[in-house]
Amino acid sequence: MSKLHVSTTVNGDSVEFLCDPRETLLDCLRDKLNLTGAKEGCGTGDCGACSVTVDGRLVCSCLMLGVEADGKDIATVEGMAEGEELHPLQQKFIEYAALQCGICTPGVLVAAKALLEKNPDPTEEEARYWLAGNLCRCTGYDKIIRAVMDTAADMREAS
Amino acid sequence: MKDNVSVQGTAHSDRIHDSAIKHVTGRADYTDDIALPTGALHAYLGVSDVAHATLKSIDLSAVRAAPGVVGVLTAEDVPGVNDISPTGLNDEPVFPTDKIQFHGQPLFAVIAETRDAARRAAERAQIDCDVLPHALDPIAAQEAGYPYVTKPLKLERGDIAPAFKTAPNRIKGRMSVGGQDHMYLEGHIAFAIPGEDDDVVVHCSTQHPSEAQHMVAHVLGVPSNAVVVNVRRMGGGFGGKESQMNLFCAVAAIAAKKWNRAVKIRPDRDQDMTATGKRHDFVIDYDVAFDEVGRIQALDGSFAARCGFSADLSGPVTDRALFHADNAYFYPNVRLTSHPMKTNTVSNTAFRGFGGPQGVIAAERIIEEIAYATGQDPLDVRKANFYGGEGRDLTPYHQTVEDNILDRLVSELEDSAEYRQRRQEIIAFNADSPVLKKGIALTPVKFGISFTATWYNQAGALVHIYNDGSIHLNHGGTEMGQGLNTKVAQIVAEAFQVDIDRIKITKTTTEKVPNTSATAASSGTDLNGMAALDAVRQIQARLVDFAVETWGVAPDEVVFRANEVHAGAQVFPFDAFIKQAYLARIQLSAAGFYKTPKIHWDRDKGQGRPFYYFSYGAACSEVMIDTLTGEYRVERTDLLHDVGRSLNPALDKGQVEGAFVQGMGWLTTEELWWDDTGRLRTHAPSTYKIPLASDRPRIFNVNLADWSENRELTIKRSKAVGEPPFMLGISVFEALSMAVASVAGYTTCPRLDAPATPERVLMAVTRLRDGG
Ligand code: FES
Ligand code: FES
Repeated sequence: MSKLHVSTTVNGDSVEFLCDPRETLLDCLRDKLNLTGAKEGCGTGDCGACSVTVDGRLVCSCLMLGVEADGKDIATVEGMAEGEELHPLQQKFIEYAALQCGICTPGVLVAAKALLEKNPDPTEEEARYWLAGNLCRCTGYDKIIRAVMDTAADMREAS
Repeated sequence: MKDNVSVQGTAHSDRIHDSAIKHVTGRADYTDDIALPTGALHAYLGVSDVAHATLKSIDLSAVRAAPGVVGVLTAEDVPGVNDISPTGLNDEPVFPTDKIQFHGQPLFAVIAETRDAARRAAERAQIDCDVLPHALDPIAAQEAGYPYVTKPLKLERGDIAPAFKTAPNRIKGRMSVGGQDHMYLEGHIAFAIPGEDDDVVVHCSTQHPSEAQHMVAHVLGVPSNAVVVNVRRMGGGFGGKESQMNLFCAVAAIAAKKWNRAVKIRPDRDQDMTATGKRHDFVIDYDVAFDEVGRIQALDGSFAARCGFSADLSGPVTDRALFHADNAYFYPNVRLTSHPMKTNTVSNTAFRGFGGPQGVIAAERIIEEIAYATGQDPLDVRKANFYGGEGRDLTPYHQTVEDNILDRLVSELEDSAEYRQRRQEIIAFNADSPVLKKGIALTPVKFGISFTATWYNQAGALVHIYNDGSIHLNHGGTEMGQGLNTKVAQIVAEAFQVDIDRIKITKTTTEKVPNTSATAASSGTDLNGMAALDAVRQIQARLVDFAVETWGVAPDEVVFRANEVHAGAQVFPFDAFIKQAYLARIQLSAAGFYKTPKIHWDRDKGQGRPFYYFSYGAACSEVMIDTLTGEYRVERTDLLHDVGRSLNPALDKGQVEGAFVQGMGWLTTEELWWDDTGRLRTHAPSTYKIPLASDRPRIFNVNLADWSENRELTIKRSKAVGEPPFMLGISVFEALSMAVASVAGYTTCPRLDAPATPERVLMAVTRLRDGG
């Protein structure tokens, strides 16, 4: 199948790639742009490991086609830190040991960041339900939720 | 001055996971993230769509003709032995030749330019076969006269017959306990790169690199020294990657050698779930005799397991179910038998607890039966039956329980969780609440630590100090999130008294440490930590000799402290000291080794000391059910768990929480369901439900029993942590049971089967309301 040309912005950089119209955004990010932070946990929109934002909206990149990214603004986990300066969520995840194998972590962080952008003061209930789309088989979620709630409190104080 | 004052990341500290920064920035590389060499090919499995059949022919011409396909692999392409049975029983072909034994069984592999092309092409095969009747569960298998996949076990002590005659009470019952899919977020994956001669390097995500190496050698028909297996980290394992990666490694390696190109294989989630093994489902029949106060006098237990088409690890898994059928309780007279049934399903395998949880839950069901029959709080029945007291410390396998701390552990949790008071409040609540009902349960766990295959209890490590003073650490264990590498590095940092940042932890590879055991049975730190310490001790002994000789000090004047080495009055920074040792031609590298002492096991007699020690824990959970829908939620959970002297409390607590939630999932929402044709219908997270962030207990208090210390000489007196807390999830199951029992005045044991899905809870409520 002939390849299509896609121009998009990823983590603030404009990028271009050629892709088969059937390829998912997830595969394009991983295989063409070498951004392997987003993972394939299921490929069917059920695990959240592939979470990215598109024009600020949280999506499963396994459910979106690469060609649909044309002209959009994509953000992945690789764009969260400013250079070596970690995002507050990243710092708290480390501080709280909110990760074990770490494979769900990029998706969880992207989703948590999207939550705090939308709602800087979530209740614990809201945080748990927001993150219910991100499976984690290792941690039991407790430290993840605590880290998110604590980051939210810190960020509110800072702003 | 305390020794540790200025050293970062030594033992017993909350050191962060060594990969944490890479994890949060997305820079931690898993196998699928390793850049492929140009020309790499992709493999995909073609599978059966019947559960049991005689295989007549496989027509792959349409597969070969599909776009992008380079070739196919079938049984005929296996250059060595077509078998990947981990126990050497020769019952598990890479690809079958004459029989299909389960729905979804891999029959061939397609090799193509892209994964997508391989995946699409695999659908095009024409399989010609004669379908045979199948048996999916252990009872159907017994009825159909199916054989055992491996030798069963009997544990016996005392004499049950007289007790059954004289005991005032006797109850017989049956419990079905479902299996569980691992649902590691990273699925199976292997990636093989051909080398010169017979050589092949395989990057994969296995908990058992040595076995993968031996299997690849076996199927290729080459010696083990031609095969290297590498694992940097896994995105979860939980036992699912102990033996199951062998298939993927074998396929990738055969294809890589055949086409002389790198080959990667990564099944999609559905194929991962249908083609690889899971936790064993059990059907347990129990017959228990007990006295008026609920003390058990005799128990006869029979454990039939769905093993699948081949043995895989079913022998040791079903053995461990029997080893844990006592949980924390003394059985004066006991007989336990295992029935590892062959079934037409995927071959079941290791999963956190390794059969132990299925044994423990049977013990807890028996306690519940006795509690309802005698009208007592189940916690009182538990306490009445705990090991301890005159002549009450011998297990059914004749090992003496010497380190029991459950009395203290359980009373502490009982107090901190306010169990008694809350139970009264719940009973009062239930009396006034017609629809919503609550339940609470406090359950203990005792778990035996060591591989029951005694020879597995060995480990190796390799430590180098480079002449700039930096340390390279390697050991045979694999990192799957449990923080093993961090803990072993902490042990090395502590022993050398240097900051942990000086230590580089490197990927697990069969090139550095040979003949390793699986990172399993919770043994990773116990074994590899000791082996690393042995290596450190060897290097230190040489360094001490060097200092003694060079500065004329006594050996005990040579002290490693706070990133320095003291030789009498002389003090050197660690780097400078190492530099001098190097110039003096001191060997700065050592291979360490460890084997667990004291353990032995005679399986034919059913006697021995299979476990070096026991780990303990207790959990108290409160739930609320809706009796109109069966839906429920966990209101509060309190955990108190024993990890001896914790090497890293932050990591250990994480293991305890994660294990609890996973155990809760096993017993609540995670239902494996096969249809009549033998097809697994819960084959992806769309249909198979693991706990979500929203399922976490509303209140969740997790504590380590910080006063506990391993009485055995384990690494820094710590205890293993991976598996034991999994069984804390049983408290949720028992609490659900109490909530159900409330609808019939707590007089009938609800006999919930696991998993207690909302549907099952609703059915149990209906059954009890209708009078049992
Ligand atoms: S991989 Fe996209 S949701 Fe699971
Ligand atoms: S840390 Fe392993 S899946 Fe979340």
